[in-house]
Amino acid sequence: MVHWSAEEKQLIASIWGKVSVEECGAEALARLLIVYPWTQRFFDNFGNLSSPTAIIGNPKVRAHGKKVLTSFGDAIKNLENLKATYSKLSELHCEKLHVDPENFRLLGDILIIVLAAHFGKDFTPACQATWQKLVGVVAHALAHKYH
Amino acid sequence: MLTGEDKKLIQMVWEKVAGCQEDVGCETLDRMFATYPQTKTYFPHFDLHHGSDQIRGHGKKVVAALGNAVKNLDNLSQALSELSNLHAYNLRPCFVLQLLAQCFQVVLAVHMGKDYTPEMHAAVDKFMSAVAAVLAEKYR
Repeated sequence: MVHWSAEEKQLIASIWGKVSVEECGAEALARLLIVYPWTQRFFDNFGNLSSPTAIIGNPKVRAHGKKVLTSFGDAIKNLENLKATYSKLSELHCEKLHVDPENFRLLGDILIIVLAAHFGKDFTPACQATWQKLVGVVAHALAHKYH
Repeated sequence: MLTGEDKKLIQMVWEKVAGCQEDVGCETLDRMFATYPQTKTYFPHFDLHHGSDQIRGHGKKVVAALGNAVKNLDNLSQALSELSNLHAYNLRPCFVLQLLAQCFQVVLAVHMGKDYTPEMHAAVDKFMSAVAAVLAEKYR
């Protein structure tokens, strides 16, 4: 079980409270597809992913980005019980979607950069440390049911 | 492989960093030690307090080396040859370079905000991977 200090919970809540799930989610997913183009293979039916501009403007990317980050919000509400929270999603990503869990780590790192760009100096080293821990734990929970 | 467009973007990013290289270096290392405590194992001889003289000095060195790499994007292997020897034979920082790259990108994002576009992000990510690959070339 992962332990979260009061300070870490505060740092998570204070950033999350100011995040636009729709904007940040869309941006994070778009950047994943742009920076690590091999991830596009998981989104064959998303239409035009032929350029950064196309990806950023793609409505399916935006919608899915929002979905992904909304799910992230569930993690934040259930910090003490992440493995259970993500049990079904983990099975889905393994059995139906066939996503290598390494990609969860990549998306986590990208989310950190999106938050850093958004919050600037307010995204302090302590914030970054806490959030990197969070994305790492989420990635781990999502990989937990893989077989 | 860095395309012509990647190289242009990397140079653009570097121009933005030019005026505050020392701060960028220091902040990158501060963030790396705070976020990935295991990286401190490579600096047992350092005062690792936030913003220490040693962190500041080393950060400056790291950014200067990256700046040199940016000036020699067509020949990273040669430009980083000495550093490659140093890292491979003496320092052997396994797994650190990727973590440093992440923290460096976070610092760029903090400083540039929206101006750190997805295209720049992709180019810098490729650049940092290329630098890490060169530095690790001679590990074995």
